[in-house]
Amino acid sequence: MIDIVELTVNGDRHRLGVPSHYTLLETLRYILGYTGSKQGCDKGDCGACTVLVDGVPTLSCILPVQEAAGRDVTTVEGLAGPDGPHALQDAFDVCGAAQCGFCTPGVLISATGLLRQTDSPTRDEIRTALSGNLCRCTGYTKIYEAVELAARAIREGRKPAELVQR
Amino acid sequence: MKLEEFREKQKERAASEEELRQALEREFQVIGRRLRRTDGLSKSTGRTTYTDDIVLPGMLHGKILRSPHPHARIRAIDTARALALDGVQAVITGSDMPVPYGILPWTRDEHALCVDKVRYVGDAVAAVAAVDEETANRALELIEVDYEVLPHHLDPSEALAHPETPIHEPHKAGDNGNISKHVHLDFGDVDRLMEGSDVVVEGEYFFEGTTHTAIEPHCAIGYSDASGKLTVWSATQVPHYLHRELARVLDLDVARVRVIQPAIGAAFGGKSEPFDLEFCVAKLSMVTGRPVKILYTREEVFYAHRGRHPMLMRYRTGADRSGCIRAVDASTIMDGGAYSSFGLVTTYYSGQLVTMPYAMESYRFDSTRVYTNKPCCGPKRGHGSVQPRFAIEVQLDCLAEALDMDPIELRRINSLGSGTRSVNEFRVTSNGFLECLEAVEAASNWKEKYRRLPYGRGVGVAGSCYISGTNYPIYPNEMPQSTVQLQVDRSGRVTVFCGASEIGQGSDSALAYIVAEELGVPLDYVRVLSADTDLTPVDLGAYSSRLTFMCGNACIDAARQIKKQVRQAVAEAWDCGPKQVALAGGWAFNVRDTAQRVPISEAFNLAEARFGTLGAVGWYNTPKDIHGDYRGGTIGASPAYSFTAHVVELEVDPETGFVDVKKIWIAHDCGRALNPVLVEGQMEGSAYMGFAEAILEQHIFKDGGLHNAPSLLDYKIPTSLDTPELKSLIVESVDPEGPYGAKEAGEGPLHPSIPAIANAVYDAVGVRLDRLPFTPPRVWAAIWAREVQEEAGKLAPWKREPRETAGRAAGG
Repeated sequence: MIDIVELTVNGDRHRLGVPSHYTLLETLRYILGYTGSKQGCDKGDCGACTVLVDGVPTLSCILPVQEAAGRDVTTVEGLAGPDGPHALQDAFDVCGAAQCGFCTPGVLISATGLLRQTDSPTRDEIRTALSGNLCRCTGYTKIYEAVELAARAIREGRKPAELVQR
Repeated sequence: MKLEEFREKQKERAASEEELRQALEREFQVIGRRLRRTDGLSKSTGRTTYTDDIVLPGMLHGKILRSPHPHARIRAIDTARALALDGVQAVITGSDMPVPYGILPWTRDEHALCVDKVRYVGDAVAAVAAVDEETANRALELIEVDYEVLPHHLDPSEALAHPETPIHEPHKAGDNGNISKHVHLDFGDVDRLMEGSDVVVEGEYFFEGTTHTAIEPHCAIGYSDASGKLTVWSATQVPHYLHRELARVLDLDVARVRVIQPAIGAAFGGKSEPFDLEFCVAKLSMVTGRPVKILYTREEVFYAHRGRHPMLMRYRTGADRSGCIRAVDASTIMDGGAYSSFGLVTTYYSGQLVTMPYAMESYRFDSTRVYTNKPCCGPKRGHGSVQPRFAIEVQLDCLAEALDMDPIELRRINSLGSGTRSVNEFRVTSNGFLECLEAVEAASNWKEKYRRLPYGRGVGVAGSCYISGTNYPIYPNEMPQSTVQLQVDRSGRVTVFCGASEIGQGSDSALAYIVAEELGVPLDYVRVLSADTDLTPVDLGAYSSRLTFMCGNACIDAARQIKKQVRQAVAEAWDCGPKQVALAGGWAFNVRDTAQRVPISEAFNLAEARFGTLGAVGWYNTPKDIHGDYRGGTIGASPAYSFTAHVVELEVDPETGFVDVKKIWIAHDCGRALNPVLVEGQMEGSAYMGFAEAILEQHIFKDGGLHNAPSLLDYKIPTSLDTPELKSLIVESVDPEGPYGAKEAGEGPLHPSIPAIANAVYDAVGVRLDRLPFTPPRVWAAIWAREVQEEAGKLAPWKREPRETAGRAAGG
């Protein structure tokens, strides 16, 4: 069975023929080629597949693609713009917040969702916002520092690298 | 871009004259700075390609049929119905790949697909390739396997007691087929010194078992092309060893096999040997002539395992009145699971790697690895020695208690020091353990807290040491452990080719920092191409924390050859001595007159004109006189050792037994931090992982051999809300043989986590926890047992007034 699904991904409108049983993650990875969103568990436990659906961090591996029809989806590939990486993406690099990088796309999406709520998140707010994203490399410390740095860079209209000592 | 524009841009990136003058005053230009990784932005923009992101034209999807029985003989397999299913292209079974394999050449006891027996629930029996995943899954249901179910053993003591039902055939008639490996080593007169000790502590400790849980599941793609050349892309951390084993098992010429390791979603030792899926994608592609991909489900990852061995450890430690360790006597039973894996090495490591950082007069260990019908155990970050480290560091805490000493002081007076040998004869070069102790003592405000915090709150300390690479390769040979090739472009761009596996730890970045340091090129002029057996010279892989030390030295060797040529060519052009020419900040410049300078690309061009094509190979091999010459003396030997100390502060809720770890101070002697950001990342990630093993993780099995919780929801790895605050304190002892003095940082900092938490629980509530993990029921039961004894007057109340415990025993 194939369904016709219309959805917007990273600003592009698509009309797609999708196997009826596909999740949003499968649609992104297998049909559209957006491989930035990762499959770590395929059952909503790890958060590596997190994308924004209408601005809300959502587990794409357990969202039937039909549920995303007519909605705005943003993946990690959609965070960067023509001016370069998003402040969060740059801050993750500056702070060493990505080691293996496999959980990173999902973590970045959750952090993006948080920064939409507040421009100066506390450490506890960051911990709570990222609690659905398992990271096995970092112990989360560098991730917190990166989110804090990105928030400050955005507030001050500067680049993350300008705000740290080398 | 026009050449002139390019030159201008290049000059902009290069350092100003003032910066060059400053550069002359610094020991290093790149090393030691908090720089970006080479792969950071690619990862944070979602552009990095992992194995499962690769799609090849006409690619088939493979699936593996797994045993539902923990132990059974395979009488027959009927694949006819599966093969007949529309969309199925191939079905293979054990008879298609009858050659056994194993990461160690002495213990090849596995088959890509089981040939005669299955030995654990999840053992691979058959594999299919089909047009899509759904069809492949349906095909698995159509394969009929006729099993003769055999008695099985889940408990090592049971397996030991029943040699009549062997999991493997004994090597010699009369041997117990359920014993995988036995090691007994004696150093000094343990019995006499134990007897003569002023104080002896004794304990039995149990490590229950944990697994790696990298977030990326194992994945591999095989493609046998029209000429019969086989390429395997795999999420492996040992491409070189996989290369050899693939050729052997598939009976191919090694030169016609290529292994490529794409970016990998972490490993932690869980991808450090060949797995069934790699052989299956290769064979299925050879059968179908099409690319075949297999991606493990998360459940399959739990069954593939190779994680930390459960260990039952009996330890006795004797010391004199001043606290000096006189004797340590250890006896360990290890639950190896169904196969050998690295087990031979793990068995040695369980004893060999706990002798440091302490001087001890005598030491004995006896370790037995036992086969059971469970997923195979292997190396997990801190291979073989995290478990006994728990035992020995708790013993030291008990000793300090018995002698009424501060446990940091006890460790200090027993510190082995630098430029010496351990009791088991390992050569120790640099040693920053005392500085590590001082760092955690000061940062945690230890003296104000130890035994002074209120009941329920406590601090604990532990120390450890780890290897910077194992001194010998897995298959005996005299060739270098690590090799690097450099290629220099006329633009100034330098490419590093190296077989090393970047697994998230930053080995590619370390190579780039070294090249930028030595050749003076901007960091983004360096490309690193790693882990492709067709293109990169051999490195043995990302295991035993060997890359910074070994690959780093190989890279320095290569870069300095080019540096020498460039300096000479520039010196000739300037009519000065080569020592006057410095390469830094994107320039070649005269150290006596920084105004005399050329962009580094022009310096390279001068050298190319003078010497011909610029390129170099560099290599590293280990020194061979750094261990004892007794049997097994090579295992655990390393060119350099890292040292670590942790202090943990935590709170225990005596009503629930819940342990809330507040903060871990981690001091680690990494020799020199090539990039402190990366070193801290390894320290924090290690301490986090050790904390999780202490408090949360349980890799355990139900009756019948089913995993208790094979999902990322039920197998509890810490979320951001569970993880304590982690504070990294880098100690640099500058090793005489490490690259710029560097040693390992990837595994060592994990070791003290568990015993430091155990010791802090004792400080908090006065109970010794000897069984991992420290779950609320276990902690609560221990507190209860103590309170009963307190009420009976057998123990003094712990850090509180007696009345607070009144009524506890009666009220329960």
